[in-house]
Amino acid sequence: MTDATQGQGNDTVWVEQEALIDRIPRWVAMTFLFVVVVGIWDIVTRMGWVSPIILPTPAETLDDLIFVGRNLIARGYMLDALWTTTLTVFYGFLIALTIGFSLGVLVGETKFGERAVLPYLVAIDTMPKVAFAPLFIAWLGFDIGSKVALAAFIATFPIVVATAAGLYAASENERMLFKSIGATRMQTLIRLKLPTGLPYIFTGLKIASVGVMAGAITGEFLGGGRGFGALIRQSASQLDTPRVFALILYLSLLGLALYFTVVWMQRRFVFWNKSDRPGGVG
Amino acid sequence: MPEPHPLNRKPAASQTRPVYEIERLSKTYARNSLVALTDVHLTIHKGEFVSVIGSSGCGKSTLLKIMAGLMPPTTGRVVLEGQPVVGPRRDIGMMFQHATLLPWKTTIENIVMPIEIREGRSAARAARDRAMDLLNLVGLGDFAHVYPGELSGGMAQRAAICRMLISDPAMLLLDEPFSALDELTRDFMNMEFQRICMERRATAFLVTHSLAEAVILSDRILVMQARPGHIVEDVTIDLPRPRTLEMINTTRFGEIVAHIRDLLGREAFV
Repeated sequence: MTDATQGQGNDTVWVEQEALIDRIPRWVAMTFLFVVVVGIWDIVTRMGWVSPIILPTPAETLDDLIFVGRNLIARGYMLDALWTTTLTVFYGFLIALTIGFSLGVLVGETKFGERAVLPYLVAIDTMPKVAFAPLFIAWLGFDIGSKVALAAFIATFPIVVATAAGLYAASENERMLFKSIGATRMQTLIRLKLPTGLPYIFTGLKIASVGVMAGAITGEFLGGGRGFGALIRQSASQLDTPRVFALILYLSLLGLALYFTVVWMQRRFVFWNKSDRPGGVG
Repeated sequence: MPEPHPLNRKPAASQTRPVYEIERLSKTYARNSLVALTDVHLTIHKGEFVSVIGSSGCGKSTLLKIMAGLMPPTTGRVVLEGQPVVGPRRDIGMMFQHATLLPWKTTIENIVMPIEIREGRSAARAARDRAMDLLNLVGLGDFAHVYPGELSGGMAQRAAICRMLISDPAMLLLDEPFSALDELTRDFMNMEFQRICMERRATAFLVTHSLAEAVILSDRILVMQARPGHIVEDVTIDLPRPRTLEMINTTRFGEIVAHIRDLLGREAFV
């Protein structure tokens, strides 16, 4: 204030400069990267540096994208395949959620679960789960069942681990508070431990949503059937690479839809946790 | 060096009704046969503010947990309001180092949470008016319906005070409640807490690491030493009530602090 009355000297004005790479808006950055990658892809294929069987041109891929898109919109056989895979993923996720959550509560809440169940779960989790696919086919046949089983099998473990970790997340003080007000074990679980663990559980669900897709498609690769995975394998065996690319892109939409459903549910249920870090906990 | 006044004489004023009585209390952990507490005698009268101070590992947290009914004693008599303490009780209110407000509940929902757990939702709804009175008492009236994420550390601890007081407990047990706050907030909270305790004639037991905090708040300070945990001296603080922060600069305050520091010995600093 004394400075103002004296009126001497200039204000110290300076602006912190952010580097250009940090200042680009998201959509510009995304478009830029897309154009660059497709551009390189186009040059590489157009110049004949890579065989078209290995890598088709962007134009061919776009043609197939349109073809597959039309088939889907016209409710052709591809839509049936996509629907089959969607159902597989959906059932697989639901089963993984049910079993994973239950086992997670058992492991995270009871000493029995921690001492007896957890070591076996860790042992199974370290096995390459895809190796179980022939067993699931033998047990459940070539129908959707064996694919659902593999998808659920792969997606269960991250949910178990995340749920158990989430139940440990409540602090010592919080547990003591609940104990001191005479809360029963069930009340402590439902009103303290589970809500506190929700961010962890949702992180597990995000990992599971990726795993369930991988499981469903692997199941369809190995066990045939009528799903999208079978279509991809079929196109690949005919060396129709552009079609494989197109199918994978449409398939990724299914994965994205599932992932963002989980993200949306997390925003809805964990409204108090404002962390936007991808996969962030806390 | 002049001898300080004897500090351990019993005050004549404390002849009110005993609220909490502990006799011959000892605690040995079965796991490693560690003697955490031995031969603890303690009587807390109605309206009294008693603190316990000692180095970490001296058994003061164990004492608090036994008093809260969170942990059984090995031997001894632990009696609150004439009833032996054999588990958590609704006439005990507790506060911890961290406010531990549930982030998915609003401030007022957090405050009636103990009632909700013990008596159900409708009882919790009925307690909202009382919760509002408490919020006004601690100056948080305008923050009843915000989520704890929007409260500062001091505000969160004030909400925790309300949650502790909602069921009108006979005994308040405080586990370093303001130690996570910055020093200025902490001084302010101590004065606030004194006001609330005096207004409600609350009986309180405080575990703390801070000598100044213990002296400014307490009628008596139990000085504890470790291995095995025992009470060395029951120091009566004869500073007049209400206490003010200015008292920290008085000679008497300095004498008391020096006396307790002496009792704690080097043990407290290694």
